[in-house]
Amino acid sequence: SRTGDDGLDIYKGKICSLKARALLIDMEEGVVNEILQGPLRDVFDSKQLITDVSGSGNNWAVGHKLYGCQYRENIVEKLRKTAEHCDCLQCFFIIHSMGGGTGSGLGTFILNLLEDEFPEVYRFVTSVYPSGEDDVITSPYNSVLAMKELNEHADCVLPIENESLFDIVNKIHQMINSGKLGSTVKQSSLVTSSASSAKNVQEKPFDAMNNIVANLLLNLTSSARFEGSLNMDLNEISMNLVPFPRLHYLVSSLTPLYTLADVNVPRRRLDQMFSDAFSRDHQLIQADPKHSLYLACALLVRGNVQVSDLRRNIERLKPSLHFVSWNQEGWKTGLCSIPPVGHSHSLLALANNTCVKPTFIALKDRFMKLYKKKAHLHHYLHIDGMEQSCFSEAISSLSDLIEEYNELDATKGGPRIDPGRLKIAV
Amino acid sequence: MSIVTVQLGQCGNQIGHEVFNTICGDVHGTHGLCSKKENKSYHDACKERFFSEEESEVPVARAVLVDMEPKVISQTLSTAARSGSWKYDDGSHFCQKQGSGNNWANGYSVHGPRHKEVIMNLVQKEAEKCDRLGGFFTIMSMAGGTGSGLGAFVTQCLRDAFPTSFILNHVIWPYGTGEVIVQNYNSVLTLSHLYQSSDALLVHENDVIHKICAQRMNIKQISFRDVNQVIAHQLGSVFQPAYAAEGGSQYSRNPLGDLMETLVPHPEFKMLGLRNIPQMPENSLAYSTFSWPGLIKHLRQMLIANAKMEEGIDWQVRPPCLGSSVSSSHSTNKPLHFNTSIANLVILRGKDVHSVDLGSFQDPSLYTCWLNPQDSFNAWKTPRAFNKYEKSTSLVSNSQFLLKPLDNVVGKAWNMFASKAYIHQYTKFGIEEEDFLDGFTTLEQIISSYTNL
Repeated sequence: SRTGDDGLDIYKGKICSLKARALLIDMEEGVVNEILQGPLRDVFDSKQLITDVSGSGNNWAVGHKLYGCQYRENIVEKLRKTAEHCDCLQCFFIIHSMGGGTGSGLGTFILNLLEDEFPEVYRFVTSVYPSGEDDVITSPYNSVLAMKELNEHADCVLPIENESLFDIVNKIHQMINSGKLGSTVKQSSLVTSSASSAKNVQEKPFDAMNNIVANLLLNLTSSARFEGSLNMDLNEISMNLVPFPRLHYLVSSLTPLYTLADVNVPRRRLDQMFSDAFSRDHQLIQADPKHSLYLACALLVRGNVQVSDLRRNIERLKPSLHFVSWNQEGWKTGLCSIPPVGHSHSLLALANNTCVKPTFIALKDRFMKLYKKKAHLHHYLHIDGMEQSCFSEAISSLSDLIEEYNELDATKGGPRIDPGRLKIAV
Repeated sequence: MSIVTVQLGQCGNQIGHEVFNTICGDVHGTHGLCSKKENKSYHDACKERFFSEEESEVPVARAVLVDMEPKVISQTLSTAARSGSWKYDDGSHFCQKQGSGNNWANGYSVHGPRHKEVIMNLVQKEAEKCDRLGGFFTIMSMAGGTGSGLGAFVTQCLRDAFPTSFILNHVIWPYGTGEVIVQNYNSVLTLSHLYQSSDALLVHENDVIHKICAQRMNIKQISFRDVNQVIAHQLGSVFQPAYAAEGGSQYSRNPLGDLMETLVPHPEFKMLGLRNIPQMPENSLAYSTFSWPGLIKHLRQMLIANAKMEEGIDWQVRPPCLGSSVSSSHSTNKPLHFNTSIANLVILRGKDVHSVDLGSFQDPSLYTCWLNPQDSFNAWKTPRAFNKYEKSTSLVSNSQFLLKPLDNVVGKAWNMFASKAYIHQYTKFGIEEEDFLDGFTTLEQIISSYTNL
């Protein structure tokens, strides 16, 4: 949104009167303070912050029940203020991690709140899932407790795993430093870069990893922000990719990861971009959609790509992919004319695919390992409003979800039974 | 008489823009290989039909632009204005911000009622600008949410507000493999609803036009703009002025009425297909000549064999023998792949049209038996060449052209419906399972009717 009508919009080449439509919430101050002192300090202002000092101690119950209760009014008020500045509020993006206490607990509390206060507005959640070697011991508890909330209150979830982001960062790093590339890589095109160059990757790996997620969200909203011959809005993503309410977990991939400096892009390279979108190492979670079952797939292309390129590649890749029997041609496509900075074209693929199942099963297993021994439970149960049933309901919700994916997987490769059509008396 | 065009959704607006562009380009681009007097008649008839004269220097398209998000309309308006040869009325559009989310129910049950008054006011304004209103031409896709859902609602409103006007819906059939995952649901709901309020549905299939772009127009990287330009050319070839009667002294004043009268004798049969030949890249036009007999021969075989373009025609398909002892309404007696017609309209534009022999199209074996042979076929002609083609001919056909595509769409939609996938997205906005079943029933009835021709 713009601040007042007076005052310069652009000063010294930088836009200085735009404010992010955002709330920054953390139960400790360090990260938010750093943002407010950094290059984006003018984009946020203090009215958009909610912070506390002591943090949530990696405890979902502290975040959800304790701080949730405490900050509810404050959060609602700030949300309403921000919503008032919108001519037409379509969607909330929630960005958080699952393994900790604030993002996970308070984050899912806010998810509930958004459904209560703004029931018509879509809720897209970008969730960073913990890896197996996560150093937060209670992350399985936090994640599973949060999953129940995501199951019930999110319209779409984009799961992200740090391992995948890390692998992508390393892959780029190796490509740049190995000297294998004939031409030089355009720095600004790196999916991991913003202002920092590749050299900084070693020092601040999370920045590079987070940039990938930022690019994901940019691509997701590109069609809403720029013109194109076939627009794809956020509500269309929700409509086309969520065939049943609880099956709303979308595996995402971004290509290309970088662009070479030569301008002429042969068709072969364009087609390579499509192939990469389906490869295991371009996914943002540890998953292999090619060998699992697709319920639906969306392709949002940006830049100098036309409908014939899209069709050619769908025809080419379709035979090697498995789609559920009732959605054999389940493709949603979008064409946005403006490519990302530094690229001539790019592709975001979103898959509703049973390949998320292993992530959820692993989560369940890590949860059960702790839960069987009742390890660390007391930290949770002594919080007001927290009971044993919260845990049993949460794991039950996750188990049900896994079972739904199992049932779908069981249909994979099976015989196609066409339901008999309506008969009309002649 | 004037036609008011209603452009609905992204597809409707993008195509509408190309149509007006093509029509304008045709009128100003060439002298049409005919006399000055003829050219002037053509120009005047076209102007009256599609444009209103306002204080502005350029003609203003008789159109209402509707979309539930702003980007496409904004682009359409500015691109037209930049052309310098025509523009849209600055006030003749309505848009919102959030779109319809590819959700037919959202377009039909939410946006429709909510914005009915504003939209119909715009239509009324355009209608009043016409000295004589010849009817409405709506352009929409079936696959999305606005064109399809809001489009169906608006068509109903048009019918209610203008009960005696002609309404022709131009409907775009999406690519078979994915533009929108729920496109088959949206299509079933759109077609079944349109059938109740519309006079006829004129269909273009993206897959077919795409093939024409690839094989006839030799376009390497085909964009939606390319597809839309071919569609616009085909539509222009039908709706630009022509003489409806042999020896007529005036260009037909009532194109929509004439079209309906010749092609839609029965309300159960409203599906119209369109073929136009020849089609080739603009830079080849100067080097190509065609003969009318050749063109007519190809067009007739395209009709009989249900060919989508002038290559790959199956010349083996022949009409059935007349005078067979079994009643000809029994479909099993027709040779396989033979496309039976109810009625056909051939439009001829260009050099030496009056010498063309159209007897082969009047062959009764092409048609069902329930119309008089002379009523099943009509021809419109003009010596004025269209869009730089020395000779151009179009066929608008009420036949089994769209039977297979319709059957495919219904089959896929039914397959998905059996699993109940995505239904919750529609019930959220008030379209229930029974509404789907009604739609399926209507379409199965139409399929059955066309199958048994």
